[in-house]
Amino acid sequence: MENGRSSSGGIDASVCEMAPVPAAEIAEICKTYGNDKHRMLDILRDVQDQYRCVAPSTMERIAEATGLTRIEVEGVASFYSFLSLTPKGRTSIRLCDDIVDRYTGLDAVTSAFEEVLDIRVGETSPDGAFSLEYTPCIGMCDQTPAAMINDVVMTKLTSETARRLAEALKSGQSPEHLVSDRFEALTPHERVTRMVDNNIRHAGDVLLGPVPEEAGLNHAAGITPTQIITAIEESGLRGCGGAGFTTGRKWRFAASERAEKHFVICNADEGEPGTFKDRVLLTERPHLVFEGMTIAARAVGASNGILYLRGEYVYLRELLEQVLEERRRRGLLGKNILGIKGFNFDVRLQLGAGAYICGEEGALISSCEGLPGEPKTRPPFPVNRGYLGYPTVVNNVETFCHAARILDRGAKWFHDMGTEGSHGTKLFSVCGDCLNPGIYELPYGHTVWEVLERVGGEDAAAVQVGGPSGTMIARDSFHRKLTFDDLATGGAIIIFNGDRNILEIVEYYMSFFVHESCGYCTPCRVGNVFLQKAIQKFRKGLANPEDIEYLKDLSGTIIETSRCGLGMTSPNPVLTTLQNFPLVYSAVTKPNKDGIRDTFDIQSAIDGARKIAKRRSYIFDRDFTQ
Amino acid sequence: MSGTKKETGFSFTIDGVEITAYAGQTIMEAADEAGVYIPRLCDHQGLRHQGSCRVCTVKAGGRSVAACTQPAAPGQAVENETKHLNKMRRDLVEMLFHEGNHLCPICEASGNCELQAMAYRLDMTETTRFPYLEPCRALDASHPDIALDTNRCISCGRCIRASQDVDGKGIFGYVGRGIHRRVAVNGESLAETDAEVSDHAISKDVCPVGCIIRKRVGFVTPIGEREFDNGLIGHEIEEKRK
Repeated sequence: MENGRSSSGGIDASVCEMAPVPAAEIAEICKTYGNDKHRMLDILRDVQDQYRCVAPSTMERIAEATGLTRIEVEGVASFYSFLSLTPKGRTSIRLCDDIVDRYTGLDAVTSAFEEVLDIRVGETSPDGAFSLEYTPCIGMCDQTPAAMINDVVMTKLTSETARRLAEALKSGQSPEHLVSDRFEALTPHERVTRMVDNNIRHAGDVLLGPVPEEAGLNHAAGITPTQIITAIEESGLRGCGGAGFTTGRKWRFAASERAEKHFVICNADEGEPGTFKDRVLLTERPHLVFEGMTIAARAVGASNGILYLRGEYVYLRELLEQVLEERRRRGLLGKNILGIKGFNFDVRLQLGAGAYICGEEGALISSCEGLPGEPKTRPPFPVNRGYLGYPTVVNNVETFCHAARILDRGAKWFHDMGTEGSHGTKLFSVCGDCLNPGIYELPYGHTVWEVLERVGGEDAAAVQVGGPSGTMIARDSFHRKLTFDDLATGGAIIIFNGDRNILEIVEYYMSFFVHESCGYCTPCRVGNVFLQKAIQKFRKGLANPEDIEYLKDLSGTIIETSRCGLGMTSPNPVLTTLQNFPLVYSAVTKPNKDGIRDTFDIQSAIDGARKIAKRRSYIFDRDFTQ
Repeated sequence: MSGTKKETGFSFTIDGVEITAYAGQTIMEAADEAGVYIPRLCDHQGLRHQGSCRVCTVKAGGRSVAACTQPAAPGQAVENETKHLNKMRRDLVEMLFHEGNHLCPICEASGNCELQAMAYRLDMTETTRFPYLEPCRALDASHPDIALDTNRCISCGRCIRASQDVDGKGIFGYVGRGIHRRVAVNGESLAETDAEVSDHAISKDVCPVGCIIRKRVGFVTPIGEREFDNGLIGHEIEEKRK
């Protein structure tokens, strides 16, 4: 990731060079969403899909229709990675650039696409047919390297399959036809599972084993909202997205808030690299997700719900829409659910557009409101004033599924599983250097070592628990337990063997946070760039022992002064590796004889000028013969 | 908020000094009234609180929070002027210096600049440790009376709020994400907006640095008479207590 002096970022001088889009067409799109500024993300997504970019003249038209200023529209359009102010190809290829993809052949896949399509990553072909770019983790870490081609996902790519795909696309085949030549005849579920494997390796008792249809909702319908909340509280269920807030308390707070409306939002913005459990639940247990949301709606008195689906999971949209439609037909959504008068609840899908930060509760609500995905100031908390100012419950996909199961089987059944403080089961998404990457549903309390044995990852040298915002541990910590009190995780377990370069991983994760910081607050916006640069210095062998203190010090400031969870955890790759892999750092530092700490790398400073002058340096070029 | 005082005042302390606050007041609002200065850059009298620069970070109830957005709570002990907090604040100010191009000796805002003044107040006297990002964004000099040099912008967003809420215009807004996030104007350039030099958003008070420049009035105040030549930033607030 280039930063600071980069002119990219989709916001600078270059503008959409395409023929202006007829005003009437833009007005029509806006009208589809009731000219509602809160549906801005849907409007911009539609514009992007149809015209391949959001041009300045288009932004003016959208602003007129929705009663905003152009700069407000531009603020949204320029925030999300999947929206572009410059034209993209009719076929947009996004290669997943996660570290796991890099370690499983991303380079070869990239070269294949580049050669066949005759464009480089970051470019759009001159005829506007293709654009090729990298995108952070798309939730396919168990089947890497993976790519999104428009709304289609391709996994387990190799140099050969990538070449074949690219050639087929070039010959005019649609991405859908690459999935199956009878794509139209497939059901949504068939389409999804043709694209992506579930890789369920171990089904536990709660979520992935047999689940009786609507048993939780039927039970919830027969008891009072207060009894529902009590059951959730007694079960000990905690949020499964990573933060682990007690679900019952959250529901109680929202229920006790007096307001004209309440909202229930399902957070399906599964963006933490290495996490893909919600993908599997949305594929295999979509009814259970909506069942849980409906139970929450009854508990807090909400009649409106939103499922916020990350843009990378757009391939699941059709499946989820079909499930929603079916539930409406069966009287499980809509008016008088299960024939109970006044039990009204419906759900709309909100697609994201490529922004990790939207997994943060407040940012997710901002995004649903049609704003840039920026976290909100707390207090007020979402349970008090959330979506459009109304009390809002936001829970993870897995949390809603658990809630539905608890209502069926009872709080005690759930509470008895797991350990004290971490009750029930958890879906772990395991990937990286192991024999059987995939989904494991296990009760809380297993050690990392037990998981490694189960997945065929005994050779692990390092395990990243909870993704980059979690903890990187070494072999001496594999006895530690997967619980909220020891190693907390939203599900990600990324395994690295002894051949992997820890500093490379750390630098990748820092570049991820730099890319995904919303930029609202100073420490996260700027501090993470400095942390990434400092790690680069270590990797180049230019660091002094003092730089280790610098890393700790800078991390401390970022964590303490950041506004939301992103900045409060983004230094974790640095801090946890400093703690658990100290030798990795000390091996590449050397003291300066004169005691002066380098803050200036002359080589990179004059590199640009040297390239322009086409001059080489006797002193600084490592290999002058090149 | 500070205008709607109710009788239900309560007290809390900042560095041991007892402060009276009213329901709905933030820590900073109550502190300002009591003559206790909490350093800040993105917050400004008469504008909505944003809580983005984080320079006003204080410790309240053991947690680090932004004083400009955190409601005051009865009985709470707030830490403000501690070595630790001022070190964090200095780091943040240094980050802002290094994110943009802040060359005080040639800047028109020097002496009136809140970023510079904050650096003095926080004792930013040693060599800084951060790398320079050296942005090179084009100067917008299209407007007959106003120029914009966003390389000097610290993303405080005061101009955005002033234009939106005070002038009712919405000339400025944020675009982009992360390190690319910056203040931009509502049009291709400033000349195409309805910005006027008499706007509150353009006034000397709103932009804390030398990003929004009023043409033909540069360097009018002689050295010695500039805003911060004779007192640290925040002294007007602190003098209320004396």
